[in-house]
Amino acid sequence: MNEYRYDNQTVQGFILSAIFWGVVGIVIGLLISIQLWAPAANLAPWLTYGRLRPVHTNGLAFGLGVGAIFGLFYYIVMRLCRRPLVFPRLARLHLWLFNAIIAAAAVSLLAGKTQSLEYAELEWPLDVAIVVIWVMFAVNVFATVIKRKEEQMYVSLWYVLATVVAVAILYVVNNASVPAGLWKSYHAYAGVNSANVQWWYGHNAVGFIFTTPILAMFYYFLPKTTGLPIYSHRLSIVSFWSLIFAYLWTGAHHLVYTPLPDWIQTLAIVFTLFLIAPSWGSVVNGYYTVGADWSKMRTNYLTKFFVLGITFYGLQTVQGPTQALRVVSQLIHFTDWVPGHVHMGTMGWVTMTICASIYYVIPRIHGTEIYSEKIANAHFWLVLVGQLLFSITMWITGIQQGALWKVQNADGSLKYSFMDGLVKNYPYWHTRTLAGIVFAVGMLLFVYNVLKTIQKGKALQASPPSPAPAAA
Amino acid sequence: MAGDIYRKPVSFALMAAVTVLVGSIVTMAYPMFRAEMHEKLEKLRAFTPLELAGRDVYQREGCMGCHTQTVRPLRSEVLRYGDYSKAGEFYFDRPFLWGSKRTGPDLAREGGKRPDAWHARHYADPQAVTPRSNMPRYAFLAQARLDPSEARAHYRVLASLSPKGQWTATDADFAALSQKTEMDALIAYTQWLGHAVQRRQAAGGVDLALANPLGDSPRAVARGAKVFEENCAVCHGAEGHGETQIAPNLMDDTFLGVKGDMPDGAYFALVTGGSDAKAALGRPGLPDGGMTAFGGQLSNDDIWAVISWIRAQQAHERKEAPALEQTEHLPGGKH
Ligand code: HEC
Ligand code: HEC
Ligand code: HEM
Ligand code: HEM
Repeated sequence: MNEYRYDNQTVQGFILSAIFWGVVGIVIGLLISIQLWAPAANLAPWLTYGRLRPVHTNGLAFGLGVGAIFGLFYYIVMRLCRRPLVFPRLARLHLWLFNAIIAAAAVSLLAGKTQSLEYAELEWPLDVAIVVIWVMFAVNVFATVIKRKEEQMYVSLWYVLATVVAVAILYVVNNASVPAGLWKSYHAYAGVNSANVQWWYGHNAVGFIFTTPILAMFYYFLPKTTGLPIYSHRLSIVSFWSLIFAYLWTGAHHLVYTPLPDWIQTLAIVFTLFLIAPSWGSVVNGYYTVGADWSKMRTNYLTKFFVLGITFYGLQTVQGPTQALRVVSQLIHFTDWVPGHVHMGTMGWVTMTICASIYYVIPRIHGTEIYSEKIANAHFWLVLVGQLLFSITMWITGIQQGALWKVQNADGSLKYSFMDGLVKNYPYWHTRTLAGIVFAVGMLLFVYNVLKTIQKGKALQASPPSPAPAAA
Repeated sequence: MAGDIYRKPVSFALMAAVTVLVGSIVTMAYPMFRAEMHEKLEKLRAFTPLELAGRDVYQREGCMGCHTQTVRPLRSEVLRYGDYSKAGEFYFDRPFLWGSKRTGPDLAREGGKRPDAWHARHYADPQAVTPRSNMPRYAFLAQARLDPSEARAHYRVLASLSPKGQWTATDADFAALSQKTEMDALIAYTQWLGHAVQRRQAAGGVDLALANPLGDSPRAVARGAKVFEENCAVCHGAEGHGETQIAPNLMDDTFLGVKGDMPDGAYFALVTGGSDAKAALGRPGLPDGGMTAFGGQLSNDDIWAVISWIRAQQAHERKEAPALEQTEHLPGGKH
């Protein structure tokens, strides 16, 4: 009845998969947060902290993050090109392969099969499979964009295309390795060089998984939900190009004070400071867009998700460059400050924006309204409180930890043993678990709300057809 | 023209590719061709098959989620861990294992810091050694035997990536692995860490004439007891009687393997400089060393205080000794 129907099912498949892996990742996040203060919670060799930590990060970055990116990008691309996907069955196959890969990834990480490269832990057979699904995705996206029925490509499409291009380059280069068995390989690069390639990749995994795709969603769904056009097209252009230009120079800010040659570190720090500008370009654009009518914050329940999301993006992109400064890095690098930074971004910006986009898309697909705005509001406040509690406690304990590591006695010896510093983390780590629970309850409300909306949509379809609202 | 690009997806994508490649080439690709990215320290040697198997275990267990392997050139860090990390130490590391989070201490200088038996006990049950540690137990590693053929396959791949002559294991070395466990391998790897760098020098050298400025004052002894309990008891036992294979008895009249005690100055040098101070003291001690260097970690006053405590304890034991000997010779007594 609707030429988008099949593709919409694929979109919804990705969204539900992302939600499923998100729940898995969050449950594991809770478990590892407990293990940090209760080592008895390392229940079995394959459930020890060291093996679970990458399951948490991969599950959320690639299961929740990339799953949502695939689904929502298909959705955005179809709307902005005013046509269904060129290869609908390819997209469906993509969905199944995606889930098979994430499942295999989780099992292989639990079994300890890892390259030990952060955000590139998966061993080479899975890397190959991941390249295959990104190619499938790229083919569909490019074909659809080329055959589009709308002349101009909107900002979100720029971010979509840039994401695909950059991920391809980053992923292939950093995962180059020499296999030493079916589930074991060694990095093609050694020592300092290995570190440099990995963090060039690692920082841009943040850049092109947790930043550009989320901006694509932001630029599309914010005007859609509020009905307000993006404030400045010129600002969008300038921030887009300068963002994707600068990001790739900055990887070495993760390697400050390591044996990596100083000039690479310094160059990275300089570009990192510059990165504030394009990041805030989008923040300002977002604020001024909503600034045209602030009452939307009250009248449209989704506006606050996007506004808070971009606010945390703004804070994140000021905090990040600060962390790169040598004086600051000295103090906070290696401490719990960094998970504080990470979760403000992942919980406050990434997850917030993804959830809001899903709230927008799911009812549209079914031609209905969200099941409950009340529940969505409760979800909002819970994840907000959970995230703030998480980040703030980690910042406090991170600074304390960094300071205790440094304190010296009058005769130049160290004042505190390593354990003196560690035990001071415990109260904060308890609080972090509590924060995680609050956040997780919020996310469960979200899941419930989405599932109920789908149920409502299905019921509607089963009942005699009424004229459905246009899917655009 | 500039506006056109937003209508042409392929040109747009190419332009985006060029944009992201500029920084990538300058900061990632170009450095690969510079010698500073491929340095190797004179003393650095490749892994033995056992050490490599241990490194594989380290990767598999995700130890790098809690431990870093890079000491930054900061004063406090050099004091705590030892000399800062050099580029040339990581020549054989594929990938690098520097880590990004220090939930546990840095391990770049762990090799030679502690005896094998200490690690075996700590890996099996960290809380038994450091009660408030949050490190998971890895007792299961002691049950897992190594697979020589797998170890050989891994070793061969790495060897093929370095110039000839650096990876020198023989068939016999691989065969010997069948007698070893993953625990043995992990410990061997732990002891490999940092071997290419000169360990901490005995701070200030050795001055046997140094007198303990704190003497035997009760306050110093009480403080020393606390320092001992927190830093030394793990290896030397709660009363300083030593632990088999881990650390010697401090109460007997043998010092570093030779009968006959040495003056306080020697104690100070040994506690400050660790086993590395032995050469200057002219005594052999244990072949593998394993006494931690506390210079920089403990204040000089704490070190003198713990020596005050050891001296007080020794005097106390000498007083009790005759009584002890009698009980040991009672019929049915342990011996
Ligand atoms: C949950 C975090 C965590 C994980 C995972 C972990 N450790 Fe630890 N580790 C610690 C902490 C905390 C300490 C300091 C307290 C202690 O002695 O146990 C420590 C101490 C150590 C020490 C003694 C270092 C010193 O100088 O005091 C070594 C060696 C060590 N760990 C090796 C490992 C290895 C090898 C693995 C992987 C098999 C591992 N750790 C996994 C947290 C962890
Ligand atoms: C990691 C285990 C470890 C710790 C912790 C440790 N030691 Fe030792 N200690 C040893 C070992 C092993 C030796 C033997 C060294 C050698 O022969 O090279 C030793 C030797 C000594 C000796 C020489 C004793 C003799 O009779 O041969 C003294 C004195 C000593 N330690 C004092 C201390 C003090 C004081 C502390 C705490 C501040 C301490 N040790 C902490 C392992 C340790
Ligand atoms: C201008 C923007 C940003 C800059 C310059 C920046 C900078 C940094 C720096 C310097 C670190 C290293 C901290 C350390 O270990 O000492 C870091 C870590 C991290 N940042 Fe950001 N950040 C930015 C934005 C973001 C955003 C938007 C996210 C989204 C989630 C994010 C996620 C992360 C993550 C996941 C890490 C941890 C990496 C790891 O160690 O595994 N950052 N960031
Ligand atoms: C219930 C919610 C969550 C809890 C309890 C939790 C807990 C944790 C813990 C304990 C760590 C390890 C910190 C350390 O090394 O000390 C961690 C790391 C991380 N988490 Fe979460 N997390 C949660 C949600 C999320 C979400 C929603 C995301 C992403 C969308 C995420 C992404 C990450 C990343 C990328 C890291 C790695 C950071 C680094 O390497 O520095 N987490 N998390």
